[in-house]
Amino acid sequence: MTTQFPGGIAVDGVAKAMAPPLATPLLEIQNLTVEFDGVRTIHGLNLRIAPGEMLGVVGESGSGKSVTWLAALGLLPAKAAVSGRVLLQGEQLLGASASTLEQVRGRRIAMIFQDPASALNPVMRVGTQLSEALVLHRGLQGAAARAEAKRLFDLVGLPDAAARLDAYPHELSGGQNQRVMIAMALAGEPDLLVADEPTTALDVTVQAQILDLLGTIREETGMAVVLISHDLGVISETCARVVVMYCGRVVEDTPAEYLLDSPLHPYTRGLLAALPSFAGPRRRLATIEGQVPNPALMPPGCAFAPRCPERQWMCDTAVPALAMKARGRLAACVAMQAPQAVPLHWRRSAQA
Amino acid sequence: MTDPILQLNHVSRRYTSRQGLFGRGLTVHAVDDVSLSVGNGTTVGLVGESGSGKSTTGRMALGFEPPDDGEVLTHGQPVPRAGSPAWRKMRANMQMIYQDPLAALDRRLPILHQVREPLDIHAVGDAKGRTDAALAVLNSVGLGAEHGLRLPHELSGGQRQRAVLARALVTRPELLVCDEPVSALDVSIQAQVVNLLVDLQARLGLSILFISHDLRVVRQISHRIAVMYLGRIVEYGDTDRILGAPAHPYTQALISAVPASGFHRKRILLKGEPPSPSARPSGCAFHPRCPEARAQCAAESPVMREVCDGHHVACHLAIGVANRAWEQT
Repeated sequence: MTTQFPGGIAVDGVAKAMAPPLATPLLEIQNLTVEFDGVRTIHGLNLRIAPGEMLGVVGESGSGKSVTWLAALGLLPAKAAVSGRVLLQGEQLLGASASTLEQVRGRRIAMIFQDPASALNPVMRVGTQLSEALVLHRGLQGAAARAEAKRLFDLVGLPDAAARLDAYPHELSGGQNQRVMIAMALAGEPDLLVADEPTTALDVTVQAQILDLLGTIREETGMAVVLISHDLGVISETCARVVVMYCGRVVEDTPAEYLLDSPLHPYTRGLLAALPSFAGPRRRLATIEGQVPNPALMPPGCAFAPRCPERQWMCDTAVPALAMKARGRLAACVAMQAPQAVPLHWRRSAQA
Repeated sequence: MTDPILQLNHVSRRYTSRQGLFGRGLTVHAVDDVSLSVGNGTTVGLVGESGSGKSTTGRMALGFEPPDDGEVLTHGQPVPRAGSPAWRKMRANMQMIYQDPLAALDRRLPILHQVREPLDIHAVGDAKGRTDAALAVLNSVGLGAEHGLRLPHELSGGQRQRAVLARALVTRPELLVCDEPVSALDVSIQAQVVNLLVDLQARLGLSILFISHDLRVVRQISHRIAVMYLGRIVEYGDTDRILGAPAHPYTQALISAVPASGFHRKRILLKGEPPSPSARPSGCAFHPRCPEARAQCAAESPVMREVCDGHHVACHLAIGVANRAWEQT
């Protein structure tokens, strides 16, 4: 069966309705499911990351964008029931032994969080904390560790690196502490850096610096980066590919250039319309009616259906699968329409 | 012309902190010579990064903190000392909204009780009338009587912020000071609260001092914008003027940092971070980070001047550029 889309792109049935062909993925998440006390919060999530890719994950609170990565790295508390497969270059991480995970966490996959001040030890000098990571992951000792620590501080753009090594976290600003966290994440020379809202707690001008730094480091080291954020603007400017999550599922997977220009899923369109524009006349903000459903009381079909302005009868019968709607663009929605036109100001934004 | 609901005339606020137990006292200028007025029925957006003094300015506007210099006027009258009976009376007319609604609400009291409480305190009418008034204001922010019976944790984030708004509006204030009111909310919820504020302003003629670091939201809601840096206002004027033709290099950088704004061709990446107000650089406080700083900027503090009608800037260069443009005409 071949479906012809108004955009002129033909797709053959289900066979191609998979993620776009990637080179051997660096990390592949297959059918990941997470339950807390019998309440399912991640519903069979599939995701692939290519080596060196910069992937954005966007979603509102409760969408599972952080839990996915905590589950993949075995960082959730014991009461969470995790199933599925998380393959790092073919090696299954879920249920792996503690010693295997220790070889992975920090060494091959590093993670940074929103609040750098609470992630650092307040009574230890930041240089010592960084050296600790170097000793652990790279086996460096003494002067070699200190020299490497200084090199990393230079790399992340901490001014006066040698002196900063002896500072305590409280002596540094929020942006500087986040740079220390990034340096620590780089200590193990990871293949993948997961950055969970790394700039949310920072000032706007500092946010711009940190995002710029993440991009530069990715180019220099060739590691892949997953940037988790609630901010569509940040994601679309920084990442090449974007995954939109809603209620523990991926609802859209698209190259970033299409995200602002012609979002596919009604939820993504709703999110974009709710964002105040920065050019053109002021118009009333569109809102998404209702609220995110309680994970214990999920609707039978599409989780977004109760709030969706384009709801059809099929939406309540089954959860739509993530399927290709146009070249390289996937959405989990039964409405098989062509990419919708969006207001002019968004198109202008995407060109800028 | 009637006096504006809120006027700050050259207000300053200093704090003294000590370096170590027996250290020398260190004076920090949190707010330094700020003048600002909020016209009746309009919204002024106060924009700046952390430590810029925007929250302190908001607190002084409501009299929570007395200014060390200058004066805060409401309708041309000085704001009374905090805690005095006159101040309590005035506070019914000027209310504050904070960032975190869960922290602003009492977790153990039903919403209706909390919304009615200001009327109880100000002894407005009889008990029945107060309850009716509270229900009416809940209704006006889109909450029903059934929400009034719930506790804060039983509401969603957006509903909680609506409840906080209802509580502030129940005394029929003329002025709202909103300190980052939507920063903790998700995008779709944020849009609901922003729309609600715009509607309420149109319906009730509210004046709003809107403190935020989010230029998108500020653009949506404000008639005028004041940009603060390290305790001083560096640029002030009509929203479209400031965002469309920013004259101060700091404002230009702030605007260029708005993701996917569609405005900037190239992002201006500032060096360094906002300095601490306790170590205020000489001259123009922005000069160590300014991409266009000259020798004059390190030596001389720029004075706020009007570059064209209603557009004020405190920058040596912006004034030079404006003057040159003026001379050429």
